[in-house]
Amino acid sequence: MDGPPGPKAGGYMRHTGAVLPSGPGRETKIARQVVLPFRKSLEISLQNIRVRFFRSMITVASLVLAVAFLSFTLTGSNVAAGLVRTGEPALRAALIDAGYDLPGSPPVGSSAAEEARQLGTGAKERWIVLLSLLVCTVGIVNAQLMAVTERFREIGTMKCLGALDSFILRLFLLEAGMQGVAGSLLGALGGMVIGVAVGFVRFGLAAVTQLSVADLGRTLFFSIAVGAGLSLLGVVYPALVAARMRPVEAMRAQE
Amino acid sequence: MAEAHNIVRVSGVAKTFSMGAQVVTALRGVDLTIKVGEYLSIMGPSGSGKSTLFNMIGGLDKPSSGKVFIDEVDIAQLDAYELAWLRNRKIGYIFQTFNLIQVMTALENVTLPMIFAGASQDEAVEKGLELLGLVGLRERHAHKPQELSGGQQQRVAIARSLANTPSIILADEPTGNLDLTTGEEIITLLKRLSSERGVTVISATHDYKMLNVSDRVVWIRDGRIDKIEGREQLDISVGTIGSKD
Repeated sequence: MDGPPGPKAGGYMRHTGAVLPSGPGRETKIARQVVLPFRKSLEISLQNIRVRFFRSMITVASLVLAVAFLSFTLTGSNVAAGLVRTGEPALRAALIDAGYDLPGSPPVGSSAAEEARQLGTGAKERWIVLLSLLVCTVGIVNAQLMAVTERFREIGTMKCLGALDSFILRLFLLEAGMQGVAGSLLGALGGMVIGVAVGFVRFGLAAVTQLSVADLGRTLFFSIAVGAGLSLLGVVYPALVAARMRPVEAMRAQE
Repeated sequence: MAEAHNIVRVSGVAKTFSMGAQVVTALRGVDLTIKVGEYLSIMGPSGSGKSTLFNMIGGLDKPSSGKVFIDEVDIAQLDAYELAWLRNRKIGYIFQTFNLIQVMTALENVTLPMIFAGASQDEAVEKGLELLGLVGLRERHAHKPQELSGGQQQRVAIARSLANTPSIILADEPTGNLDLTTGEEIITLLKRLSSERGVTVISATHDYKMLNVSDRVVWIRDGRIDKIEGREQLDISVGTIGSKD
């Protein structure tokens, strides 16, 4: 029935009776013939984390610490801002003692609130936070590359079962995303709690009562976003490597 | 009923691998046609190009020259989506190392291809249990591969390969990691399923026990087909160790 084979596998689909509309959108029609529902990919990613729990913990640990550091530093600034807003000279002196960059008395014409807003961390502290985040990201890339390499055969098998490259990418991104969010949440909260505690120890009760909830909320959100973002960034390269593997290479890999 | 047509046609396929400075010619021009419903074994010593030919047929690798046609469609022309569709629906794979996904239960392993094919969870589970029943492992459906023996894992792999009712099953050394009796069981199972369902089975193997059940045997040596023998021409008696009464 079929003469010489058609140039495109449209002929293939036609032969097996699959409906094949012509024109634009044809590629998407075929693409949808192999699917991985989102809920299922979530299930699989979660299962993978659960099974490799210890390994996940180690990957996440460095993220938790780095995000905690970030959150701690930012919370410290929040505490200081709250204290400056009170306008009390005693607290101001205490802040200057602790190393915050403030003039001895408020400059003419500026309100306490303005000063509080401008109060940031010093350049040195910023650098340390940045470095710790960088180190953490490198650690994540390394851990994820290792994870992908370990699972070469699994990936090759899934491709033999018909998985598209995008499925593999999605599974790894989801895994890393979930780890990132969980770890960042833990780190951000932990860092915040310690930051407030240290403020309390240094400056007394005023440190706690003067805290603006909005400030804290922003700090929390920012820390989590940074942590999750880095986690995803760290897994992009390894996941792309995994997704692009040809099944036969994947299965030849020694385990 | 239409006469048996060629489900796989290999035409002038050659493959060379370059590993750094060295060039290895795995296949030197192979021609082969395989009919629907056949049980074909590709046999040959290690390094003969058996696995390479096998990978070509299964669309796992591209030939350096020549063409492979599945159902008269040149698979080199297929894009990634169409290849995925092919692997999902038309071909079932069985490997020497079973290749089950360790984090999933037997049932989940069997239903995974069905999920890719878009089946609903209920349909998939129902069909998965049915297939596991066919291979005699229905009660062990909730067990993970670590909790199953080699023979049982291979049986799960066979059930998985039948998930989307494929036309072709490709078995790469299915009995390679199994002992004599288990290997025999697997071969009998494969033969039974293939004749019941009209599935074409193509296996690459060292195992002489396969000869008894094959319709044709292709002998490969040094990247070329040595000879192709049909059932009548096969005259090998294999002694059985530890045979059952």
